[in-house]
Amino acid sequence: MSVRLRIISAIKQIAAEQQVTLPPLDDDLSLHETGFDSLAFAILVARLEDDLGIDPFTISEDASFPLTIGDFIRAYENVPA
Amino acid sequence: MSPREVFALRDYLDPDLKGRTLSDPRQVVSLTDIAGETCLRGRLGELSGRSVLLAVTGQLLAALAMLEIDGVARRMLLCPPDLNADHIQALVEDAEIDVVITDQPARWAASGIKLVVTAEERLQPAARAQTERASEWLMLTSGTSGLPKIVGHSLEGLTGAIVADGPAQGKPLVWATFYDIRRYGGLQIFLRAIVGGGSLVLSEPGEPIADHVARLQEKAVTHISGTPSHWRKLLMSGAASEFSPRYVRLSGEIADQAVLDGLRRAFPAASIGHAYASTEAGVGFAVNDGLEGFPTAMVGENRDGVEMTVVDGSLRIRSRRAAHAYVGRQAAALTDGEGFVDTGDMVELRGDRYHFVGRRGGIINIGGLKVHPEEIEAVINRHAEVRMSRARSRRSPITGAIVVADVILADGADAPRSDEIRNKILAACRASLAPHKVPAMIKFVTALDITAAGKLARTDA
Repeated sequence: MSVRLRIISAIKQIAAEQQVTLPPLDDDLSLHETGFDSLAFAILVARLEDDLGIDPFTISEDASFPLTIGDFIRAYENVPA
Repeated sequence: MSPREVFALRDYLDPDLKGRTLSDPRQVVSLTDIAGETCLRGRLGELSGRSVLLAVTGQLLAALAMLEIDGVARRMLLCPPDLNADHIQALVEDAEIDVVITDQPARWAASGIKLVVTAEERLQPAARAQTERASEWLMLTSGTSGLPKIVGHSLEGLTGAIVADGPAQGKPLVWATFYDIRRYGGLQIFLRAIVGGGSLVLSEPGEPIADHVARLQEKAVTHISGTPSHWRKLLMSGAASEFSPRYVRLSGEIADQAVLDGLRRAFPAASIGHAYASTEAGVGFAVNDGLEGFPTAMVGENRDGVEMTVVDGSLRIRSRRAAHAYVGRQAAALTDGEGFVDTGDMVELRGDRYHFVGRRGGIINIGGLKVHPEEIEAVINRHAEVRMSRARSRRSPITGAIVVADVILADGADAPRSDEIRNKILAACRASLAPHKVPAMIKFVTALDITAAGKLARTDA
């Protein structure tokens, strides 16, 4: 499964657990509009770290937090493996 | 009026009480004969009025030395086996130590301590010593990091709860404890055995649990104590089935309903009690109704010299069994202005009982919202499939921390059902905990670290 698909799948699972109804996950959807709160994002980042072995938001000191779904996925895709 | 009589441990070693023993895997010592013997090659007289560091390797030798020097030395500092060697110099200075009792004299030759006295398990005959004074008992707090604090007790305070419980009826008791007797919880059991005229079976580090239980059975142990972590380990081992003590005691950690129920099923004929005690506050109380927490009626009134209050959620205890002071050059005050020890153990009122929720210092902060890991563990442990769990903090770039949980399943690795069990646990957590307290991840593990003091290791606390 690609990084993108794994991220989308993790988002959907957390949404189900947190009883959040997701809008369609287009690349330009702002993260705010997903309905996720900071706890849900914290869980997402931790699970992806376990799944993909990377946490792009801790690795880089000057990483700004992404604003959209596309930014979020690219943060993972752009980390050298 | 004559001065109050001073008792020391030797005064409980009645030569007419036959058949009392102190044992470990290697040796059985008669407590009946011991008052006429020495483990110090007859050098007790040199310890009169001195400040003693009791730094022997094994518990049996520590017990023999305590029995011999109590009432003669000015004070004795009990060194638990896991004491960090880097801390010894500071402790020696703080406790004004001028004698060390050791089974490894060469190690102390260059320590700067004036007198090194060798102790050995091979006992030699000696004249029965006289009690000269009330020796001060110094114990170390069991925190995991930094220099431990030295806590000063008297024998009278240490045995306050034992005397309050009254003498045992019927046949003499055979005590055992999973604790090391140089820790407060273990020392209580050692003292119960000595003061109550009974026997004691010591634990041994590294001993396989089946071998330990075999010894407990062979010595016909009637009364036994340990932390909930000790007990969960025993329940997990499957070794408990042949063992049938009359009294099972838990202390040192929160006894949740799951472990109380597990012990009830494992030992249907036993009375099961959980006690609250700390090195500083002494024994607070014991609860014997099989339920977690303790009745609110225990708070606010003076029971056997113990008073409890709850201030800002933390249990405070004023007690004749409490330590009298922290000892040392920069020792802080042990009690507040009214004589209460702030235990740092947080309680929550639910219905007519207070429930322990965790340590004040152990709180996990999730983006400003707080949780005690023990609160989450109590929910997880309720599941029949779970034997033991640990909730812990995991660093998060978003919220600072999130909570994750490590879980040991009751039947070992039940891999085919692990997803189902995980979902069941998470559903129960969502039903009874605030969202930030629900573990973000649950990992099934085969073991969780237990500290030398018998408590679940909390590295992030």
